[in-house]
Amino acid sequence: MKAFAELIRKIDSTNKTNVKVDALTQYFREAPPKDKVWTIAILSHRRPPRPVNTTLLRTWATELAQIPLWLFEESYHIVGDLAETIALIIPASEESSEKSLTQFLEEIIALKKKTDEEKRDYLHENWTALNYYERFVFSKLITGSFRIGVSQKLMTRALAKATDIDIDVLAYKLMGNWDPKTITFQELILEENAADYLSKPYPFYLAYAIEDTPEDLGDVNEWFAEHKWDGIRSQVIIREDELFVWSRGEELVTDKYPEFEAFVEALPDGTVLDGEILPFKNGAIGTFNDLQTRIGRKNITKAQLKKTPVILKAYDILEWEGKDIRDLAFAERRKILETLYAKVQSEELPLHLSETIEFSNWEEAAKERERSREVMSEGLMLKRKDSPYLVGRKKGDWWKWKVDPLTIDAVLTYAMRGHGRRSNLFTDYTFGLWDEEKEELVTFAKAYSGLTDKEFRSLDAWIKKNTLERFGPVRSVTPHHVFEIAFEGIALSKRHKSGVATRFPRMLRWRKDKKIEEANTLEDLKQLIPSAAKSSTKDSQEKKAN
Amino acid sequence: MDKAIISHGHADHSRWGHKSYITHHTNVPIIQHRLGEINVTGKDWGETFVINNVKFSLHPAGHIIGSSQIRAEHKGEVWVFTGDYKTEDDGIAVPYEPVKCHTFITECTFGLPAFTWRPQSEVFTDINNWWAENKAEGKTSVIFGYSLGKAQRLLRYLDTDIGKIYTHGAIENMTEVIRPLTAMPETTRVTRETKKEELKGNIVVAPPSAHGSTWIRKMVPYVTASASGWMTFRGARRRRAIDKGFVLSDHCDWQGLLESIKATGAEKIISTHGYTDIFTRFLLEQGYDARTEATQYEGELGEENKKDEAEDN
Repeated sequence: MKAFAELIRKIDSTNKTNVKVDALTQYFREAPPKDKVWTIAILSHRRPPRPVNTTLLRTWATELAQIPLWLFEESYHIVGDLAETIALIIPASEESSEKSLTQFLEEIIALKKKTDEEKRDYLHENWTALNYYERFVFSKLITGSFRIGVSQKLMTRALAKATDIDIDVLAYKLMGNWDPKTITFQELILEENAADYLSKPYPFYLAYAIEDTPEDLGDVNEWFAEHKWDGIRSQVIIREDELFVWSRGEELVTDKYPEFEAFVEALPDGTVLDGEILPFKNGAIGTFNDLQTRIGRKNITKAQLKKTPVILKAYDILEWEGKDIRDLAFAERRKILETLYAKVQSEELPLHLSETIEFSNWEEAAKERERSREVMSEGLMLKRKDSPYLVGRKKGDWWKWKVDPLTIDAVLTYAMRGHGRRSNLFTDYTFGLWDEEKEELVTFAKAYSGLTDKEFRSLDAWIKKNTLERFGPVRSVTPHHVFEIAFEGIALSKRHKSGVATRFPRMLRWRKDKKIEEANTLEDLKQLIPSAAKSSTKDSQEKKAN
Repeated sequence: MDKAIISHGHADHSRWGHKSYITHHTNVPIIQHRLGEINVTGKDWGETFVINNVKFSLHPAGHIIGSSQIRAEHKGEVWVFTGDYKTEDDGIAVPYEPVKCHTFITECTFGLPAFTWRPQSEVFTDINNWWAENKAEGKTSVIFGYSLGKAQRLLRYLDTDIGKIYTHGAIENMTEVIRPLTAMPETTRVTRETKKEELKGNIVVAPPSAHGSTWIRKMVPYVTASASGWMTFRGARRRRAIDKGFVLSDHCDWQGLLESIKATGAEKIISTHGYTDIFTRFLLEQGYDARTEATQYEGELGEENKKDEAEDN
């Protein structure tokens, strides 16, 4: 644990990627193999389930700190991180534990089945036996989410440096379902393992956004365009008569999309498709909002299946006849995909092809992009015809060219303190639009990105001086500031007070030049809903504003 | 005001424009440096003076050099106003002394149980180790602390066996004022003529505003650190994009506040700048007659948008 806590401390106390990679590399060279497996698991979000709920955690921590629970809550709102709050309020200890990371994790896993009293004793014992930083790391292991600025890519880079194994090979090995409890470092990283191969997806190739104009990409004839579909990026695998569906977050989501079972019959073994899961009802693509009903559920009911059926809009093929064909040119892979599609397509099969479009000049492409909202897409994807399928986010061959966002001027009405690097700073805002009489502001979206650090600081100070009421961590503020809010999509929603759900709202500009009377109305917002979305989203649920 | 009694020299506690000033005599040169030509009288610790039948005296607050608590007595009723204070003896300011009173007006900048300070000797060991490590890697160390108080505390305990100490102009100017009052090591002002090469491996003490300025480019390759109570929060350091945070404050931590309140014997507690609402609620639960008072001091508000000289660090 000492070494792991030290690793986290080093990573957490620098903003420099190279320092993080070096710290990780050194750790991967020196740590015991089993600890390495757990470290990889934790940094790739494969932590054990939480053994104690946070209410009990809070209560037991306040017992040690001898403070009332409300004071713990207030401190938590200000610190912005539960494990950090626990570590800070518990009286200092200079001890450090000789127990290994693996031992801690085994204990934490075993803890889940223990009685509350045993859990409490275990936590008290360890909280008092660890120094501040180890106590923080230990509490993080219990509470979960270890977000400390280490992406999977960064970790894989360090692992590649420490083991001299190719980074893309490692990325592949780390994908999919493996259990840190049972797997060894040898099995996970060092060995070639044929048995795991069956369900394993390929690392997704991700596109960067076009910075200026597509003219910089050169000759238009070297490019294919497609619409950029607004669904769930997925890989569909058919191997040995089995279906596996992976989301981009490396989550195995096969059970959530039972309609795809039809692929086992229709597609030959040894086929891997890359595409977008989209809601599709009455012959039309729905909004992302519609898809929400399918995302969060473990068990899909028949009613949901009927209400929001989905399709796979396929745009690439990564494996064909059991062979990894990612090195083939995109144009070649498309030929295989299109031939396959022509052969299997039918009304019933939930498989559609994302059509490629060719242009004779970039102006034509720009015109097609303008049509995006009509066809329920977010813009265009531009893919170089001769490009291989790369690993991760790489510049050069794939670009996303989104439509300009929709915007509306809204009034800041509520604020909440942020988390992480924004702890103790009011950075999470709620915005309202005028009702019909222009008397009341109706909440329509939350946003917490888009301002500079300087703007956040000045708004934070203003909020603290202009608080009307406090509701726990939330404050209502004097309506005064107008912001131009940008968002990607919009749909009717029953679950929103405003009756409208917006997708990925963020602050585009602080309109200091505008008075609150000049902010838009809810009616103005509704005018922005495209007619296609109006018809498909009748019963939709909200997309949490993030 | 006709007469302003000044607790210490930080900008939010010593404002311009009063007709006359009364403060501890060690604070006189400091506020003269800050405020220019003013009519000011210096007092000794415990020396009494009467204004409008109220008997006043100044007592050490331990916050920065020249900082005092202000005791006021009228018809046997005693109130004490702390200004800013800390309980740890930093070896520079005359250490804080609890003063018995009926009503205690206390700051509570760090009035949350999340704040616990380590002894400064441990913190300075860490700071000097950090400097030595950076030097071994051929880098310049840049450490931020506000120019009155924190900067001199850093200067006093930096280990000059490691290398030379350079200072930002704002800090050097203030340190010159303080040199006659307490021992300070040799420092070199960073000027336009200072060469990049001579800085390498040495340490530069700068005000927080220097972070992200063009001035700092001369220090490349450099590593930054901040010495402040706010560095308790991991997020605070990350938000400021500082490489290293040292928790070092000139205010009381949670326990320091509670112990100080107890030592005064006061029953009425008035909290000013900081987490006043939370702190007051806790005191009420502990059986004190507690309330908050709004002031122009920068507490919660000052944290993020203060100038160099605000003292909530």
